[in-house]
Amino acid sequence: MTTFSRADTSILGRWWWTIDRWALAAVGLLMFFGVLLVLAASPAVAVRIGLDSFYLARQHFAMLPVAVALVICTSLLSPRNVRRLAAICFLGALILTAMTLISGSEIKGATRWVSIFGFSLQPSEFLKPTFAVVAAWMFAAQHGKERIPGNAISIALFALVVTLLMLQPDLGMTVVVAATWFGQFFLAGLPMFWVVALALLSILGLITAYLTFPHVTDRIDQFLDPASGDLYQVNRSLEAFMNGGLYGRGPGEGTVKEVLPDAHSDFIFAVAGEEFGLLVCLLIVGLFAFIVLRGLARLMQETNLFVLLAATGLFVTFGLQALINMGSTLHLLPTKGMTLPFISYGGSSLLALSLGMGMALALTRRRVGTGDLR
Amino acid sequence: MTSLVARSTPCNPRHADPRPPRRNDVVHLDGDTKRALEIGRTRLLLAAALFAVAFSVVGMRLIGVTLLQEGGEPSLADVPQQTMRTERADIIDRNGVLLATNLETASLYANPRQVLDAEEAARRIVEVLPEVDHADLVARLSSDRSFIWIKRNLTPRQQYEVNRLGIPGLHFQKEERRVYPQGALTAHVVGFSDIDNRGLAGIELSFNDVLRGGQEPLQLSLDLRIQHILHEELSQAITDFDGIGGAGIVLDTRTGEVLAMVSLPDFDPNAPGSATADARFNRATLGLYEMGSTFKIFNTAMALESGTARLDSTYDASKPIRIGGFTIHDFHGEDRRLTVPEVFIYSSNIGSAKMAEEVGPQAQKAFMKRLGMLRAAGIELPEVGEPMYPAPWRPINMMTISYGHGIAVSPLHVVSAVSAMVNGGVMRPATLIERAPHEVSVGDRVISADTSAIMRRLLRLVVEEGTGSFAKAPGYLVGGKTGTAEKLSGGNYNKNARVASFVGAFPMNDPRYVVLAMIDEPKPNATSYGYATGGWVAAPAVGRLVQRMATLVGMPPVDEKQEADPQGDLLIAVNATDQTHAAE
Repeated sequence: MTTFSRADTSILGRWWWTIDRWALAAVGLLMFFGVLLVLAASPAVAVRIGLDSFYLARQHFAMLPVAVALVICTSLLSPRNVRRLAAICFLGALILTAMTLISGSEIKGATRWVSIFGFSLQPSEFLKPTFAVVAAWMFAAQHGKERIPGNAISIALFALVVTLLMLQPDLGMTVVVAATWFGQFFLAGLPMFWVVALALLSILGLITAYLTFPHVTDRIDQFLDPASGDLYQVNRSLEAFMNGGLYGRGPGEGTVKEVLPDAHSDFIFAVAGEEFGLLVCLLIVGLFAFIVLRGLARLMQETNLFVLLAATGLFVTFGLQALINMGSTLHLLPTKGMTLPFISYGGSSLLALSLGMGMALALTRRRVGTGDLR
Repeated sequence: MTSLVARSTPCNPRHADPRPPRRNDVVHLDGDTKRALEIGRTRLLLAAALFAVAFSVVGMRLIGVTLLQEGGEPSLADVPQQTMRTERADIIDRNGVLLATNLETASLYANPRQVLDAEEAARRIVEVLPEVDHADLVARLSSDRSFIWIKRNLTPRQQYEVNRLGIPGLHFQKEERRVYPQGALTAHVVGFSDIDNRGLAGIELSFNDVLRGGQEPLQLSLDLRIQHILHEELSQAITDFDGIGGAGIVLDTRTGEVLAMVSLPDFDPNAPGSATADARFNRATLGLYEMGSTFKIFNTAMALESGTARLDSTYDASKPIRIGGFTIHDFHGEDRRLTVPEVFIYSSNIGSAKMAEEVGPQAQKAFMKRLGMLRAAGIELPEVGEPMYPAPWRPINMMTISYGHGIAVSPLHVVSAVSAMVNGGVMRPATLIERAPHEVSVGDRVISADTSAIMRRLLRLVVEEGTGSFAKAPGYLVGGKTGTAEKLSGGNYNKNARVASFVGAFPMNDPRYVVLAMIDEPKPNATSYGYATGGWVAAPAVGRLVQRMATLVGMPPVDEKQEADPQGDLLIAVNATDQTHAAE
């Protein structure tokens, strides 16, 4: 801790002393595990889809410095700038997501990707963190001096985002966005009557999705009744954990990556279980829990409603994504295409998560004073 | 540092201050925001608790999956234990013997774009699969397509040989092939299906949707052992008398279940394409024949049932009947008045016509309709013939129909109707599907139990004293009626093209089974002293069949002398009191 003097008032100096260094370290550790696991899992996948064996790993490593920089740069921002950045990015992501519906390329039954400057980008990933911040802004504005109808605007935006996501269709992300937004609304003082009403409404929404989208029906049927369909991926995943045992079979010694198409992304946790064992997996779960719970704990003392809501939204998004990924790998939840934050391979997802985590860290930086956001 | 602290006002939070916020800062907030913040912080606690629980659950699950799964070995070995799903359900007989099943085979196809040298590849394939046409294969392998079939359903040896050629561009497609282990034995009943497993004939066609949809085997009423006996005895009769074909049916008279159904000539359903149309033709259900004297069973029952005749009524059969330029003769003329039993056992056409005359054409037509003679037989086969009968039903037709001419029905029609005549009078639709006791059709009563009892005695009499004596099977009380009809050819009856049949039932004191044997165009020979009638040709086959199948179905033979209960006026030596009676 000698890098920066306590008296250093430079931007970096202040950052160092106000940032949640433990959370930052945890994110770093997650990225480190990501390096190990992508290195372990992706060559098998790359060879299978006809690429050079380290192609995916190289892509991931090329993206990592960008991600680290993004986390740090974003966390340098003041809450007000976080809000501005989020608003701009939200607008951009919204427009690009809408564009995917018109000109997107279809991958695995859904149109989620758009090509920008030669990069394939999944703009909806960026909707997740930025919408959390924008929604928080609106909820907080409801209680501000200007008496803006924030709740109404937030509801309208939410409807727009959910519609866009379901048109793709992307149920997993819809669930995360809806749960986050609902949690924020709850924190923003939603009356209990509406809490219950909205909870019922979202259950209704899930049932509708189940009845409307065939792939959702299949996934959920398979989960509820293992005999009904092909549980190949989940069974292989569970076997991987079994094979791994307490200490794992050792890096590179696993076999699950040979058979699972998404071993480097959606099922990377199974690779971790097989090659690195239960202890490392528990450590990874612990890291996620640590980041989320520590973040939420820090917010207990928060005095600014916007910061409270926005940061909660970001941590909830992050935590839910991790939980859903690990839950489906462990057959606690229906399988849902979702990456494990900072560990899975995946450019868009990694950048969006870095943006979100950067903003969360920026918002949980210790600040003097109360409601001001500069 | 001092200046820094001094500048740290609430309005200027850019500057770091590790101290907790001061109390008075909070007080500055206006009431609404403050309340919202407090609610937010309280509820945040709930969110944090939920996350803590969720992460714990994931941790627990990890430990559970990793360490606490029983067995420890991956479940890969379980996969073959899963029930094998086939494209088409099996068909089995009533004892569970396989009649149709699916075998997994490999079919050879090629991607011509991957084949390097079509000429060379074709030459080597033909070496292994000589049935493939070389020139045609070269042409197709040289085409620009990416998929051509070379040969469907290879044997494992052929697959091995093709694999050994190592020709690039050849691939195998796993397929299922329908196989009929019993071959020709059940060909007309089970039918067959095409290479894409769609039913084309028989049960395979009529139950196509059921078989494609289900996995449960379809259980037929057939008893393969009886089927085999019937097939053998019928073939023997056809060979002995040089017939062009034949049909045979064994029916359970209590349930309507068909235990055996044979049509000859037959074919191998595993290769239906190479069978002639005649071989594929089901004579038992699709073939329509003027059955001849066996119809006298129905004529007699009708006359007795309608009350116009009693057993002791007599009819003058001494002179032929002339009606509308047509003369009705008797084959075995007795040239005297005959009682009803005599008309029956001597098979008098004249007597039968006179009996029918008393009942009248309309009542006869109605009776035939109740016996199902005027519509296609109700059975689960697509191949059923629509009977041919006269319209209008004039007196001359009535007379000829009384002895089985002028109406053409399938052998199955006769068997079903005879079953009703002997089982106490109840007409049940014949079925090829195994029936549990509660699934048996209640049926329609067509004659009274009393009339049925008389018919049993009359039928027994025919075998004891009349034309059906070759159907005797000692101990099993066979009864029945012979029939010989000349076939129509070019608008005239042909004296040398006959259909000879025998339809009977046993044991006559309480009939269980109805049996029919019919031989198409038997030729007279020395052993039959120049006869080719039902009594000489078909009755012996039935006698032998009864003898063989009775032991199989567990029927104990009875001492016919003891069973005999002679009734002087009838010459009938059959015990007419029976249990069926009481059961009705």
